[in-house]
Amino acid sequence: MSVDMSQFYQTFFDESFEGLDIMESGLLGLDIGAADAETINTVFRAAHSIKGGSATFGFTVVAEFTHLMETLLDEMRDGTRMVTEDSVDYLLKSVDCLKELLTAVQNESEYNEAFVEEVKAGLERLLHGDDVPVKVDGEVSDSSTSKPEIKGWNIEFKPAEYLLKTGNDPVRLINELSLLGKIETVCCIDNIPLFSEFNPELIYLSWSIVLHGNVQKEKISEVFEWVDDDADIVLTCIGGEQEQNNEEVSGVEVAAPVAPTEKIEVQAPVEKIEASLKSEIHDTDKKSSLKKTPKDQSSIRVSIDKVDDLINMVGELVITQSMLGQLGENVTPDSIEKLQDGLAQLERNTRELQESVMRIRMLPISFAFQRFPRMVRDLSNQLGKEIELRLLGEQTELDKTVMEKIGDPLVHLVRNSVDHGIETPDEREAAGKPRMGTVELNAFHQGGSIVIEINDDGKGIDKDVIFAKAVEKGVVNANDSLTDEQIFDLIFAPGFSTAAVVSDVSGRGVGMDVVKRNIRELGGTIEVKSEKGKGSTIIIRLPLTLAILDGQLIRVGADTYIIPLISIIESLQVKKEQISSIGGQAELYKLRDEYIPVVRLYETFGLKPDSEELVDGLIVIVEGDGSTAGLFVDDLLGQQQVVIKSLETNFRPVEGVSGATILGDGTVALILDVSGLINLSRQSSERAA
Amino acid sequence: MAKILAVDDSASMRQMVSFTLKGAGHDVQEACDGAEALKIAQTGTFDLVLTDINMPNMDGVTLIKELRALPAYKFTPMLTLTTESGAEKKAEGKQAGATGWIVKPFSPDQLLATIKKVLG
Repeated sequence: MSVDMSQFYQTFFDESFEGLDIMESGLLGLDIGAADAETINTVFRAAHSIKGGSATFGFTVVAEFTHLMETLLDEMRDGTRMVTEDSVDYLLKSVDCLKELLTAVQNESEYNEAFVEEVKAGLERLLHGDDVPVKVDGEVSDSSTSKPEIKGWNIEFKPAEYLLKTGNDPVRLINELSLLGKIETVCCIDNIPLFSEFNPELIYLSWSIVLHGNVQKEKISEVFEWVDDDADIVLTCIGGEQEQNNEEVSGVEVAAPVAPTEKIEVQAPVEKIEASLKSEIHDTDKKSSLKKTPKDQSSIRVSIDKVDDLINMVGELVITQSMLGQLGENVTPDSIEKLQDGLAQLERNTRELQESVMRIRMLPISFAFQRFPRMVRDLSNQLGKEIELRLLGEQTELDKTVMEKIGDPLVHLVRNSVDHGIETPDEREAAGKPRMGTVELNAFHQGGSIVIEINDDGKGIDKDVIFAKAVEKGVVNANDSLTDEQIFDLIFAPGFSTAAVVSDVSGRGVGMDVVKRNIRELGGTIEVKSEKGKGSTIIIRLPLTLAILDGQLIRVGADTYIIPLISIIESLQVKKEQISSIGGQAELYKLRDEYIPVVRLYETFGLKPDSEELVDGLIVIVEGDGSTAGLFVDDLLGQQQVVIKSLETNFRPVEGVSGATILGDGTVALILDVSGLINLSRQSSERAA
Repeated sequence: MAKILAVDDSASMRQMVSFTLKGAGHDVQEACDGAEALKIAQTGTFDLVLTDINMPNMDGVTLIKELRALPAYKFTPMLTLTTESGAEKKAEGKQAGATGWIVKPFSPDQLLATIKKVLG
């Protein structure tokens, strides 16, 4: 039977990457010197599983590497090796290395050989002390060259009485033996006790077996391999001339030699065998061991509860459908009310079903958080800082896609906090703070969004420095007066970095603008709060899911558009005196104490509106990207949840539009991208000006 | 056709073992650790138990010990899935009452050949 092993690869990769995370968090949690045995065992187990799987599925490079880690961990587990800072560091590096190898194997790509070899060498050094394993040249003594012709074997087989209780069965063993060659068996019944003493669970029999043919001894040992300790087995070779070889295997008694014996030397020095194995492994082309695997298919682990919920919902939906079906067959005026009830139920079912399906895509944010303990540990070592990382709200659930996309921005922000936020222990002490700084990641749900906060108790952001830097870069004018909020927002401007020294960690000036753009692409917002000397807080707000959005339907002329509800502040009718225009071009609406630009949607999209007079329509005040604008529309229609269809995949990106959806009547409506629209109108008024 | 209980904390190994055995016409139930296996084992009888050794909650050696103590599993073949380096693990398994072992890594064919040894 041939089994296509590649079908198990994806599961193997999934569990291996999971195992790596377990190893990493386990290693980070180890107390040097007083390591917890259970934690080491957990880490060991993860390494062990990866080794077993990779060997089984033929990923030799991975198996080979994991073997080293496993050996080291095994020694730690046994207590024969102390858990030192150095060894933990190397194990953490090995986790990275393994990640690299697994990714390479999964994607059939190259891996960083130098890095892998370096870590490997480090592990070997830890394992063997300083002496690099000596490769022994010279051949391993070959035991097969002078094998004499064997005519057969006499086998005395006396199982222990309890043999059956190990699940082994002498009959099966003898049957197995018969597969090697013709056998003759004589059963000895001398030991059978009196019936009164007979215990049916014990074996009282023993056998003398003659096996004919040129059978290698190893083959016979293999048959009895499992019962070595539970039976007396004596093998005697029926040689052609004087060749007779008895070899002591554990538990196998050696019969007194009948003729002069010639022992075959098979005990080659262990090192030699190891060396030859090693060179063999090195010989196999590295690429050939990277077997073909299916490309990265993203998969998701869903708890059974969620699936059960889903099945329940579908069940209810089916009931509703059949109810409606029955009503529809036979419509009378009386049934209208029932029909309405049914439709209401259908609506409820649909909503619940939708929620359940959405829940399937939700994962706890701990998936995104788990890389931080390691990162903060490494960074603080590198920077000579003492930092405690606190993770809160790790169970807060978030859409998988959002999670994947928020990972990198979060890394950047945490790096920033560690690098620029937290001061060195000495600086902190001088400022009257504890030497140990704190970085805290907190996630929670608020309304329809998830909020992620990154707090640090570091030196905070110096507004004056930011402002000066912004003036220097020409982002703002020296005599502009900006609110705190606006100043903090400047750090998100492209190419803006205030780090005095550009360190390895951050401060290359790429980043914050990218962070902001990434978050905006997810339909989220980012905000900075900071107090000099006290610390900073960065607040990220993200939609729970990318697939569905609460929308306000609006009408411009004959067309319907959707504005994300989250960006609408209010909608109002305007009075003429509240509108002023600058240079006869850009129109401003006086909203309380603030002037905000008016965007005439019919102009943007080239439509024919009901009326071009602002007083005839409505202004929808929207906020996006920190700025506010009024969108002029003809009418507000209803609010509803809409399923977002990407324009980029189905058409092409359009500025000012973030996607499209299909309405209940089958028509397509565009979803407005508020920040994009505001930018667009700013550009056009700049052009006009 | 035999009823086989396959115990391993690694999902891919479990999948591979189970797929191979089912392909050969056996009836396979899976458990992801010793504790779960012990629970499942008590709901019915099995002709063969295949178990990994190092698992969370309950390891394979303890599982075998526990199972051997049950009347229904007094004579049931139980094999440990072990790595080459685990020579003492083999012995430990045997001591607990294991019938034998299969050395990891093994191919589907090796697996089938080995279980043939105990299922006859």
